[in-house]
Amino acid sequence: MSARTTGPQLTLGLVLGVLVLFLALGALTIGPFPLSPGQALAALFGAGDAQAQLVVQGIRLPRVVAALLVGAALAAAGASYQTLFRNPLVSPDILGVSAGAGLGAVIGIFLSMPVVAIQLFAFAGGLGAVLLVTVVAAAVRNTDRVLALVLTGVVIGALAGAATSLLKVLADPYDQLPAITFWLLGSLASTTPEDIWPALPAVLLGLVPLLLLRWRINVLALGDDEARALGVEAGRIRFIVIAAATLITASVTAVAGVVGWVGLVIPHIARMLVGPSFARLLPVSAVVGAGYLLVVDTLARTIAEVEVPLGILTAVIGAPFFIWLLASGRRGWS
Amino acid sequence: MSVSARRALTGTLLLGALLLGAFAATSSAQARTITDSAGRVVEIPDEINTVFASGPPASILVYVLRPDVLSGWPRAIRPEEAPYIAAPYRDLPETGRLTGRGGDANLERVLEIKPDLVIDFGSVRDTYIDLADRVQRQTGIPYILVDGRFEATPAALRLVGAALGVPERGELLARDVEQTFARLDAILADTPEEERPRVYMARGPDGLETGLKGSINTEIIERAGGRNVADPGDGRRGLVQASIEQVMFSDPEVIVTWDRNFHAQVFHNPMWRGIEAVRAGRVYLSPTAPFGWIDRPPSLNRLMGLKWLAGLFYPEQWDADLREEARAFYRLYYHVDPTEEDLDRLLEWSEGTPPQ
Repeated sequence: MSARTTGPQLTLGLVLGVLVLFLALGALTIGPFPLSPGQALAALFGAGDAQAQLVVQGIRLPRVVAALLVGAALAAAGASYQTLFRNPLVSPDILGVSAGAGLGAVIGIFLSMPVVAIQLFAFAGGLGAVLLVTVVAAAVRNTDRVLALVLTGVVIGALAGAATSLLKVLADPYDQLPAITFWLLGSLASTTPEDIWPALPAVLLGLVPLLLLRWRINVLALGDDEARALGVEAGRIRFIVIAAATLITASVTAVAGVVGWVGLVIPHIARMLVGPSFARLLPVSAVVGAGYLLVVDTLARTIAEVEVPLGILTAVIGAPFFIWLLASGRRGWS
Repeated sequence: MSVSARRALTGTLLLGALLLGAFAATSSAQARTITDSAGRVVEIPDEINTVFASGPPASILVYVLRPDVLSGWPRAIRPEEAPYIAAPYRDLPETGRLTGRGGDANLERVLEIKPDLVIDFGSVRDTYIDLADRVQRQTGIPYILVDGRFEATPAALRLVGAALGVPERGELLARDVEQTFARLDAILADTPEEERPRVYMARGPDGLETGLKGSINTEIIERAGGRNVADPGDGRRGLVQASIEQVMFSDPEVIVTWDRNFHAQVFHNPMWRGIEAVRAGRVYLSPTAPFGWIDRPPSLNRLMGLKWLAGLFYPEQWDADLREEARAFYRLYYHVDPTEEDLDRLLEWSEGTPPQ
């Protein structure tokens, strides 16, 4: 990053951050429970009656925080993978983390477990799937490392999807099947503070190494040989990126269910803003992703009498946007 | 009479007897026609010995009317449900579901069972009519659709009772249902809409899945004289995801659920603590043995839940002892004589302590 661009970049970062903060405050004033914006903000700071405080602090605030967290996490993981695989069409579930988390959650629902256990199963399923992918890909010889990873990810993801479908067939159609369906569509409808506390450190644990290594990861985008020439150990960095991105994605998927398109689309928007350099792409993706998912989730809980599943909205908004992105030839890639 | 004449006579008599016998045989195997709830005219054999129930609701309908013709359960009976199903039938094989959301019954397996009749109890919309026609064409087995709406229960009992050759039992049960409905309607006639309890049905492990007003999964709420708070007011139906904020805002006076996990934690959950039903301790857990009392599946099993909810919603007016009602219901409908322990287990369950 040259000194000449630092000023504008920093300003942009600040502007984005302030914008997201305002969006968050705005989202806290919106919801089915009738509170004026003034009442809502007062309740946030502990004024007003107990019920209003519970609604704002106990329900809306965790949900807003969860939306910011999930959006930032998915976008950061997506940006990392797109840089790592040198491919703009990669999303965080490329190595099967969503499919694995989905399978874990479905097993939990199928066994009629409590919510906490379903989340733990999802988290473990996501990590397990990627672990399996890395082990199998490492065992495959005579081929391009990255290609082996991606292909194994496709295979393991497909197997996890098949197992999920099998459980759907076996599930009680009057009880478990709807629960499974809703979970696989993603939602923050039942987010409580207890859901966020375990997810937050896990996401930070994944984000910190990515931030610290952002320059080296950037070098990795040049290709393994160039990276080696510059003294970057490609294999090790790749392993760290995969571990971190998987941890991030599995944690938020455990909280929110399967939410697609965020990790794929947001890095593109970030690239349009600050270019392809991973060092800038990562933080900007995280901030934009946080704001984006906050807006989408606020729509999900307010546009209809009932909750609209998050995964449906992110796809409905994300897919046309992505087509436009492709058509307009804005790569932001070079 | 000459020998030859006698022979001729004997021959004629024999022939006549044979002809008569043949005629009698054809008439006994002769088909009757029946008009199902979708208005389809279906030819069914005079005598029904085996019935394939296309899904859980139909299996319960057939079981209460005539258990000996049931070819199997769509899903095998679980150990905790077994005491509430009569002995020979609790071990019937699992046959899968034929239509609906995820048909996993194989048509060849259905043919192997050689049912005289396939019964589908539930939706009679065009999709199901089409499916029924196709299966009937493909297998040659008569397939009848029976309207599964709660309000249509007496009609369903009469229709299927007649089809299965037990019209008296169909009539008996239909009258019993009508009596239950009438008892409730007498109470509801004196209870204006705004005095009826506002009820939320909590489904799913977090209790935030519910059925909109009028959905097949929640119609029991209205039938028992409650007002479903999940009412968008535009006639939409079906299962939806709700948010805790919506539940809070609608502040139901009563919550019903069959999910043990949800019920176990709802009283300790700070999110739910402020809701009127939770504050008043009116979150009720429905037993699910042998079948759910309020839903799961939406079939005749809901009659037990109807009596239970009526007692919970209108304790003053609904004059009945739940234990005796359960005993009578299980006897009459499920062909079992529950022991005192079996009844204890059900009642404790309905008071929030499910069997471990």
